[in-house]
Amino acid sequence: MSNSTRCAACKSLRRRCSKDCVLAPYFPPTNPQRFACVHKIFGASNTTKMLEQLPLHLRAVAADCMSFEASSRVEDPVYGSVGIISQLQEQIIKAQSELVKTKGEIAFHNAQQQLQQQQMQQLQMIHTIAQEGEDQPSWLSSSQQDPFPNVNQQLLEDYNYSNTFCGFEF
Amino acid sequence: MGGSSPCASCKLLRRRCAKDCIFAPYFPSDDPHKFAIVHKVFGASNVSKMLQELPVHQRADAVSSLVYEANARVRDPVYGCVGAISFLQNQVSQLEMQLAVAQAEILCIQMQQEPNLPTHQIDQVDKSLLLSTNNFDDNNIPQYLSFASSSNVIQDPLKRESLWT
Repeated sequence: MSNSTRCAACKSLRRRCSKDCVLAPYFPPTNPQRFACVHKIFGASNTTKMLEQLPLHLRAVAADCMSFEASSRVEDPVYGSVGIISQLQEQIIKAQSELVKTKGEIAFHNAQQQLQQQQMQQLQMIHTIAQEGEDQPSWLSSSQQDPFPNVNQQLLEDYNYSNTFCGFEF
Repeated sequence: MGGSSPCASCKLLRRRCAKDCIFAPYFPSDDPHKFAIVHKVFGASNVSKMLQELPVHQRADAVSSLVYEANARVRDPVYGCVGAISFLQNQVSQLEMQLAVAQAEILCIQMQQEPNLPTHQIDQVDKSLLLSTNNFDDNNIPQYLSFASSSNVIQDPLKRESLWT
């Protein structure tokens, strides 16, 4: 590479950019800031060593990741990209807690609905039995079988159904 | 450091450990691996410069995070810490999706319990419509990156138990 087309790394290091410069493919001269961050945090020598240890097809991704880590560290000199990890972990805990709470509310509503339906069914059943009891005149009108001979029909209707059928097997 | 033993960094760098050695408080001699890994990834000179730029009360945390990053990069030379970030971001997205669905379900239930609303209108409410109008206060997570996720470096960096998978 001639002087005018040196990569960002070689420009920054003020050296000749050779044809097989390890850093050239990943640190183009159009983005000097990218190499500046990586150089500040990892150092040119370490960066070169780390990239050289990798197969060619993985170097671009590795350079991108190192660039991201370096810029995170420049932005946050204390925690760097580790601060992002902590933040994400906290968000996961919060979201999990919210999800458990919301699912709990759904379960509660469903249970309530089921209970209400069961109660409705029971009331309907009792009402049906009561209606059938009104339609059968035989034992009600017969003084021999009527358990409540001195009680009129209206009172029977007003009476608690569970008490009315007490003692009858059904 | 007078008569006491040199810190791990001065031992590795084979130099005299001065009384005001910047590394000594954070790299004790009984844990040589800690400095070795930081030196391998960042270099002693860079670490020294980074620590010098920080106030003293923040240096311990900075060292902890540097050690964590260095370990991550040694374990995963391609993605390093970024693999963990990508993995966690996916988890957050999935959880938020589940939360959105659950919250839409709650809204449906509440609307069904609303006595004034005719039921045929409630049945036609599309969950996707509810999802699109749902307001998430905490959905401010910036999308840091879109690398392939790597879960092999997840570990609580500073305080909690390891989540190593």
